[in-house]
Amino acid sequence: MPNSDNFIIYGEKVTSRLLIGSALYPSPDIMAQSIQASGASIVTVSLRRQQTCAAGKDFWQLIKNTGLKILPNTAGCHSVKEAITLAQMCREVFDTDWIKLELIGDDYNLQPDPFALLEATKQLMKAGFKVLPYCTDDLVVCQRLNELGCEVLMPWGAPIGTGKGLLNSYNLKTIRERLPDTTLIVDAGLGLPSHASQALEMGYDAVLLNSAIAGAGCPVTMSRAFKAAVEAGRLAYKAKAMPEKDLAAPSTPTMGMPFWHQA
Amino acid sequence: MNITFNGELLNSSSHQLIEILQSMGASAPYAVAINGEFIPKSLHSEFVVNEGDSIELLSPIQGG
Repeated sequence: MPNSDNFIIYGEKVTSRLLIGSALYPSPDIMAQSIQASGASIVTVSLRRQQTCAAGKDFWQLIKNTGLKILPNTAGCHSVKEAITLAQMCREVFDTDWIKLELIGDDYNLQPDPFALLEATKQLMKAGFKVLPYCTDDLVVCQRLNELGCEVLMPWGAPIGTGKGLLNSYNLKTIRERLPDTTLIVDAGLGLPSHASQALEMGYDAVLLNSAIAGAGCPVTMSRAFKAAVEAGRLAYKAKAMPEKDLAAPSTPTMGMPFWHQA
Repeated sequence: MNITFNGELLNSSSHQLIEILQSMGASAPYAVAINGEFIPKSLHSEFVVNEGDSIELLSPIQGG
């Protein structure tokens, strides 16, 4: 049965709501197995100084063998100029105009710099890039990015690599409500499959994660767990959850209850 | 000519970018920036490197 529950990234249909990173795995083989087990259709990669050893080439061959869509990032950039140069280099190497724009404003929590992010987004969009900005869960920043033409926004759940989950679900829900037509992906900070479910349950289109799988005791099994969690969260969103109530209400019928108030 | 190549000081006898890349064993896929500016592949064969320039040669790596 064809999967009709796709979502859209800059006009392209995406089949899996789990985007996966390629870093931090215990071995290349476990990376390849984990990526496959996730069912992801998009994998993130980066660029660094070329090493003389063969490891870099082997990595790239493994990624190419997955056949997945490549989403390069500008991880580690601290200035608009660095991010733009790295994005241009990524476009040439990976032959894609998609760029996961990361611009770090503070090294303590790797928080994105919203001001530099807006400026870099503006310049990259003008240069024909399709920008997927990694941003904080700030509604106004998201709105401004949206106004610059970003069709996809990637607010954080928590700081990169912390595994803390959705630290501010109110903010994330508000962004979802205020930008109903924008593709929203929670990027970073997830640690458990239930965190991914929560994001999908609140109407986020997808999640992007890396450390939660790569850093698990058994990455391949955790990858399967996240795949299931994303599917469960999406189904729950489509099913529309019951309204939360403060007062208890019995689920078993009270009519015909024997011994009712006879004690 | 003294230049910097991927953060390391280098004395190069050539000013031609393409020759420097070849002498340093550049292996595709890669992209190049000089002094923080991206240099498209189409310009590599004619690009002239100057004393003190900083060349960055980047290739794919794991990313999150």
